[in-house]
Amino acid sequence: MTTTTTGPHVTGPPLPSGGGREVVIQLDDVHKTYVMGEQQVHALAGVDLSIYRGQFVAIMGPSGSGKSTMLNVLGCLDRPTLGRYDLAGDDVSMLSDEQLSDIRLRRIGFIFQSFNLIAQLTVRENIEMPLYYLGLDPHESIGRARELAEMVGLADRLEHRPSELSGGQQQRVAIARSLANDPQILLADEPTGNLDSATGEQIMALLDRLNAEGRTIIMVTHEADIAAHAHTQVHMRDGLVDRIEGVGR
Amino acid sequence: MNKIRLVRNVKLGIKSLLLHKLRSLLTMLGVVFGVASVIAMLAVGEGSKQAALEQIEKLGTNNIIVTSRKSAESTAAGGAQAGSRVAVYGLNYEDEGRVTAVLPNVSRTVPVRKLPKRASVNGRSVEVTLIGTKPAWFELVRRDLIAGRVLTEHDERTVAPMVVLTDDVARDLLIASHTIGQPIRIGEKVFTVVGIIQNEQRIGAAGDTLDSISDVYIPLSTCRSYFGEIISEERAGESSREVVDLHRLIVEVVDRDQVESSAKVIERLMERLHPAHDYDVSVPLELLRQAKETQRRWNWTLGSIAGISLLVGGIGIMNIMLASVTERTREIGIRRAIGAQRIQIIQQFLTEALLLSINGGVIGLLLGAVILPALITLYSELPTDVPVYSIVLSLGISVFVGVVFGLYPAIRAASLDPIEALRHE
Repeated sequence: MTTTTTGPHVTGPPLPSGGGREVVIQLDDVHKTYVMGEQQVHALAGVDLSIYRGQFVAIMGPSGSGKSTMLNVLGCLDRPTLGRYDLAGDDVSMLSDEQLSDIRLRRIGFIFQSFNLIAQLTVRENIEMPLYYLGLDPHESIGRARELAEMVGLADRLEHRPSELSGGQQQRVAIARSLANDPQILLADEPTGNLDSATGEQIMALLDRLNAEGRTIIMVTHEADIAAHAHTQVHMRDGLVDRIEGVGR
Repeated sequence: MNKIRLVRNVKLGIKSLLLHKLRSLLTMLGVVFGVASVIAMLAVGEGSKQAALEQIEKLGTNNIIVTSRKSAESTAAGGAQAGSRVAVYGLNYEDEGRVTAVLPNVSRTVPVRKLPKRASVNGRSVEVTLIGTKPAWFELVRRDLIAGRVLTEHDERTVAPMVVLTDDVARDLLIASHTIGQPIRIGEKVFTVVGIIQNEQRIGAAGDTLDSISDVYIPLSTCRSYFGEIISEERAGESSREVVDLHRLIVEVVDRDQVESSAKVIERLMERLHPAHDYDVSVPLELLRQAKETQRRWNWTLGSIAGISLLVGGIGIMNIMLASVTERTREIGIRRAIGAQRIQIIQQFLTEALLLSINGGVIGLLLGAVILPALITLYSELPTDVPVYSIVLSLGISVFVGVVFGLYPAIRAASLDPIEALRHE
């Protein structure tokens, strides 16, 4: 990846229709550089981006454009090599592994392309997992898991194993799990990538609903019709934000 | 809160171990056999130690035993024509008085003269060890009196032809409680049976004891006057003639703490009295101490050898845990992405390793403390005794094995990069 293309640096307020609302994510000149053998790979080559509370953002781009790295950095799974990342006013670019884990635990929910449920645990136990790490009382935790399962329409599947569910159902379990800790931000990595289009639409409807309820959603996708669910499409190319389309709410 | 976490971790651990039942079982077996062999080895060690200590304690921990010994010189004197010459060696009758004269803290001394003889009653005869001794013998070597009485000072003074038999000899000669007082022929002489005492109870390994089951006891004065000073023995067609006053002199001191210093005094005294060095001074207390020390080393040796199998068991755990970490890389990635701290991943995998090792330890404990000792005693007749400390020890080492061999895989699991781990497969 090179740094030749310089996209429009969108910093601060002038995101379309975003004005006046609370910035929840602020990236300032964020770099992520990997060393692969002799070569340095600039997965992120100086990204500036602001995301507002309640915004639904789709990150798009060809493979190798840096969108996965972007999601990892936004999800606090990875630290920027350079630059500043403010998450709800806290600079998280310099935090320790323990602190980043804690941020993931309390503020972020992940939805993955391949669902990433743990096969030997039941639906309930999968949903409860973040609550376990939060140290919730087991009794409370079960109640919360039931609530979430109801919300995604799987209340009758609590004691089933993921393998007994369809792909769409598994993804709904994964969404329930991502919501267990009541996160500010949901990060979805190709959430419909492993699903047929009808099921994909159901999942997107669920995400739309969650967004309507006020959650900030950042989704990586390469499918335009999926990305169309988001208010804002951030196009990436060669480790940089190439252009930003769409409207905020 | 920590308790809840622990319970959750244990539940989770059991769940994932049950997922691969055979694998978990085989892994556990390594620890099972390791712990079992450590405990069984310690049980064998402890058992033989107890047996040895019992033997030594029978000699009396307050005693100093001086035994006559045929020295090189006295044997040489017998030399080529053993038949015609008389070997003169050993303790003298006077030595008893000399010892009490130099040692004020002696509670009693017992002189022992031993003659191999044949005893017969009504045509039944049996080989016996005739013991010429003083009444103090019966105070020092306490055996239950079955019938009659033991020898007295009066018997000694009056050179009485009285004899006390052991249970075993009495039975061989068909002498029972109601026939006390009947005559018995020993050698060429006739004695009166005045009492029967209990045999020494021999258990386990053979060892030196003060008395034997073939003993018959007569007063020392009677012994001298009836049988003279020359001891003739026919053995394998060769006759040997010896002059030995006392075969043994047992000195009992008042205080156990003075046993060793008193033994030194006796040793010096004997050196002066017997320049031919035809005696041995042995201190059961010293033997006891040596036996304990020997046993301690022996335990370490056996334990270490058994420990190697435990090491193998531990390596088995590490192997399986490493495989498990690799298999579950993705799970680790998911947990980390969701917000699990490294330490929580470590706890999770360490709990699993500990479940394997502790369960293995408990099963191994049953095997090593109950089943193996029973089998060993049954087939090899080695005495076994499971010391309490070995139970604590085995549980301790199984925890230790779990931590030592589970920690590395757990740390490896925790140090996986979450992104890499999520991408795994």
